[in-house]
Amino acid sequence: MLTALPTDTRVGELWPDIWQATGETLLMVALTMLIGGILGLLLALGLYLTRRGGLYENRVVSAVLNLLVNFFRPIPFIIFIAAVQPAARLVVGTGIGFPAVVFSLILASMFGIARIVEQNLVTVPPGVIEAARAMGASRARIAATVVLPEAMAPIILGYTFAFVAVVDMSAVAGLIAGGGLGSFAQTFGYRQYDPTVTWVCVLILVALVQVIQLLGNTLSARILRR
Amino acid sequence: MRLRNVIKTYPAARGRSEVCAVDDVDLDIAAGDVQAIVGYSGAGKSTLVRLLNGLEPATSGSIQIGGTELVGLRERQLRRLRLDIGMIFQQFNLFESRTVWGNLAYPLDIAGVGKAEQQRRISELLHFVGLPDKAHTYPRNLSGGQKQRVGIARALTTNPSLLLADEATSALDPETTHEVLRLLKRVNAEFGTTIVAITHEMEVVRELADHVAVMENGRVVETGRVYDVFSAPQQPVTRRFVGTVVDDEPSTEALAALRTRHPGRFVKLELREGGPRQTDVFAVLHERGVAFELVFGGIEEIQGATFGNLTLALDGPTASVDEAVRELAALVPAKEL
Ligand SMILES: Nc1ncnc2c1ncn2[C@@H]1O[C@H](COP(=O)(O)OP(=O)(O)OP(=O)(O)O)[C@@H](O)[C@H]1O
Ligand SMILES: [Mg+2]
Repeated sequence: MLTALPTDTRVGELWPDIWQATGETLLMVALTMLIGGILGLLLALGLYLTRRGGLYENRVVSAVLNLLVNFFRPIPFIIFIAAVQPAARLVVGTGIGFPAVVFSLILASMFGIARIVEQNLVTVPPGVIEAARAMGASRARIAATVVLPEAMAPIILGYTFAFVAVVDMSAVAGLIAGGGLGSFAQTFGYRQYDPTVTWVCVLILVALVQVIQLLGNTLSARILRR
Repeated sequence: MRLRNVIKTYPAARGRSEVCAVDDVDLDIAAGDVQAIVGYSGAGKSTLVRLLNGLEPATSGSIQIGGTELVGLRERQLRRLRLDIGMIFQQFNLFESRTVWGNLAYPLDIAGVGKAEQQRRISELLHFVGLPDKAHTYPRNLSGGQKQRVGIARALTTNPSLLLADEATSALDPETTHEVLRLLKRVNAEFGTTIVAITHEMEVVRELADHVAVMENGRVVETGRVYDVFSAPQQPVTRRFVGTVVDDEPSTEALAALRTRHPGRFVKLELREGGPRQTDVFAVLHERGVAFELVFGGIEEIQGATFGNLTLALDGPTASVDEAVRELAALVPAKEL
């Protein structure tokens, strides 16, 4: 296979580094989805529960949460990563490298995830919530045992969407020396005029996204089909 | 259950003025009764029923259920009360993420019933509603009628003494409606559950209810036993509702059409259970040698009692017809059209 590649590429000797960069991307994305996913979910619940007509309707909290989300969400990640560097230093002790990237990714993704999940929660029919209330369920119980399970299928699709977006965002990590496939492609592909390396990285990313999308679709469909 | 001067207003919202959804309602419902509430869309029926389990707080007035005053209770106290009040809905509102079994287990979990007892209760109820083989099916694979039967079973798991039904059959076809109504009648008869059923179909009232309250613009404008309301509706809105299932008298247009086909004088007679019978009426006409034809109306049966609104076209010598009309009017409520 390698013999078919252009002769002026270094891809052959770079394989170990490519796999390492792939591992970094996977870890970066996985950590982000785990921690950012949980924080985003909590934020989504906050948005959903305090909105007008919500179980914990609260104008002030709702307004604050919305302001927060609307403030952070539109910031392009390439700018965001630089802007939150001081905060990264404060929380993870460093403004550069892998930990700083993961920190920035978590912070940036949780606001996006919050909106996506909130939109899925809103699709739960009010009548189902009313039924649970009529049975004497407490509001917290309804949120945990009715709202979340009823919205699970679209939420999984939402997380899949977020996953792919985080893979995209993680490519910017090179900016603060965070590693991963994105920065690897930039350093050894783009800057070294080695398009083969770039394309190998692209194909790995595409394969990754395909697998994630397939998993998400299958899981969500299985929940929906019942 | 006793409602006195119950008022529910929704505060003015953006672009809307204050809505008085329930306006000074007094209503008494005896334990074990089936009370229907009818009214056109927006009359306040759903709001009234949602006051009964505290899903909405009443603005003022008094709602007593089994001696407990609901108005002014806190959410926590209301929650405990709701364990004793089941509710079913037009859109069934089953939990799609749970099996039928899971749906029935949900209220039992809230009530803190142990697993063994849950098991017993759920299988008992699934048999009661005729769905023992559907325990592990998800709601999306059930028909509308089956969904409502699950809804009923779920509402009954905690053995409530009151069942609220908000348009429980409105999404179902006539045959399935009939099945669900029969099931509700069994619930009432076998468990002694008081039922408050909202509907806009008089057919449902006639088949299910003992008493009926008619609502219009947030007010209860007429209440009574179903037979009484059907046989002698007082308010215009009630007459319109009753007219959808039993014929009262022909409308002006219908009357004009009838006159072109039938000669003679038109008389509407009201026959009520326990009063003079059809044979008495016809005997009078026969005696006077008056020919007659039934041109509108008929005999209805409600709660085992019959009544009829008959419009007859009378034909014969003027003097005999006059005499017959006078005698008929002395016998039963009669009205010349
Ligand atoms: N949450 C609410 N906020 C403001 N107004 C409301 C609210 N709920 C109901 N209303 C108003 O109260 C009135 C009565 O509504 P309700 O739903 O009780 O009527 P209904 O008799 O059940 O009608 P339908 O047959 O259409 O279900 C309507 O004018 C409605 O717009
Ligand atoms: Mg309604």
